[in-house]
Amino acid sequence: MKTTSQGVLPRRDFLKFSGAAGALALAGCASTGAPPQKLGRVIVIGGGYGGATAAKYLRMWSEGAVEVFMIEMNREFVSCPLSNLVLGGSRRIEDVTRGYAGLREHGVQVINDEVTAVNVDKKTVSLRKIQDLQYDRLIVAPGVDFLFDQVGSLKDTKVQEQVLHAWKAGPQTVALRRQLEAMRDGGVYVLSIPRAPYRCPPGPYERACQVAHYFKTAKPRSKVIILDANEDVVSKAGLFKAQWNGQYKGIVEYRNNSEVKDVKAASRSAVLDIGADVQADVLNVVPPMRAGNIAQQAGLITANNRWCGVDWLTMESTARPGIHVLGDATLSAPAMPKSGHMANQHAKVAAAAIIELMSGRAPSATPMMANTCYSFVDDKNVVHVASVHAYDPKDRTMKAVPGSGGLSSAPSELEGSYGNAWARNIWHDMLG
Amino acid sequence: MKTIGLLAACALMAAGAAAAQDRNLGRNLAAQCANCHGTNGQSQGGIPGLAGQGRAYLIAQMNAFKTGQRSGPASTIMHQLAKGYTDEQIALMADFFAAQKPGK
Repeated sequence: MKTTSQGVLPRRDFLKFSGAAGALALAGCASTGAPPQKLGRVIVIGGGYGGATAAKYLRMWSEGAVEVFMIEMNREFVSCPLSNLVLGGSRRIEDVTRGYAGLREHGVQVINDEVTAVNVDKKTVSLRKIQDLQYDRLIVAPGVDFLFDQVGSLKDTKVQEQVLHAWKAGPQTVALRRQLEAMRDGGVYVLSIPRAPYRCPPGPYERACQVAHYFKTAKPRSKVIILDANEDVVSKAGLFKAQWNGQYKGIVEYRNNSEVKDVKAASRSAVLDIGADVQADVLNVVPPMRAGNIAQQAGLITANNRWCGVDWLTMESTARPGIHVLGDATLSAPAMPKSGHMANQHAKVAAAAIIELMSGRAPSATPMMANTCYSFVDDKNVVHVASVHAYDPKDRTMKAVPGSGGLSSAPSELEGSYGNAWARNIWHDMLG
Repeated sequence: MKTIGLLAACALMAAGAAAAQDRNLGRNLAAQCANCHGTNGQSQGGIPGLAGQGRAYLIAQMNAFKTGQRSGPASTIMHQLAKGYTDEQIALMADFFAAQKPGK
């Protein structure tokens, strides 16, 4: 049992250990102060950076007045940020995995299940294992799902087992690491990047660096080929290119305007829209993506059949009142990345707005969000990109604050330590 | 003075139709810092905690980042983030963190 430096139990531990007696004591307090007003129930679909943060902050900021159910199909949270280091070999998947116990201590009812349908008219969700649940407001934070059919034979689930994306951290991350470990020295790793927007703009380029780092230390005759559907490196371009022309010179080859339209699983080849096939020993295709499947079922997708439009004051869907959408699934505001950090910030704006709305008050007219994204160029050195976004009432969207934000001038170990500390703090901010 | 007060009240009412002046503005602004500096500024280590720091100290640091006084090796990222906030917003965040219990 943890105690503070004063030897006093932290509040959440007090609540946990006092149990029913604590509830009675709290009820007893009602005579001396205003009883906590019960505001209603919020169901959160998805326990990632957006959903988990929303669940915690709804409980914390409402002081328990909002009942929160969070439905997540995985038993543990596996972080996409830092998961590229598992491919590079400096971290294990356990190092980027955390449990949901801390959320339960905040009074979040964490349900290990999958939502199969949102029944908008009845304000209920249907689940795979348990009966339908009623909500007053719903938060949909489903992350992304993949458009495999845009990559030819990759729509075949058998092919998907061989040609991995590893763009949701977890079993695929571990499986891709095994493929890299099993590869011969002198082999070729090919990474295909879809057209933006996609989850985590700098992520693929960090991954190329991580695999190159592994090759340089363990399989020095091997190569990394990046097939990028975009015209240029989407994020931190100068910083990443300096790595490929520097410590990874002769290992990493970058090809722009190279959209992979099909794969040949037998020969592990990537088929480009123009030019010859590119053969790989390990082929890693990040397919185009859209808002997670449940967002589509719920009728939340409003843009290009892919993303969910939101009112940035509340994160409420522009298509379905009473349903809020967070994170990568949203139609991003200008210059706003699809990142875990950003999803956390979406969640706090949503939590604050939902408590105000449920209390019969208007939400804040002046939300702000900040983004910080660290990329590991090897096992120790890190570069960042940062931005600050404020609500623009005229255009009703979030806009980068002029003069703010920027990039690292060069990779450093100091930023490496901050990158690790960032992970520790944000995981605790969402789960602890 | 009365006219200004009345105008301000009208402006508030106009804004209040869809969205309102934020009664939790300091808390909500400060929540942007929590990703790196910990929930309510109570850091889990590796990045300085903000909870319980003096208001004047927090404002002085943010201003040093903002004006570039604190730069080079003394700032990796904060000089870029600090430029995103007005003096008023910085003061509200400082008020919030100064009132929090120091980290665990």
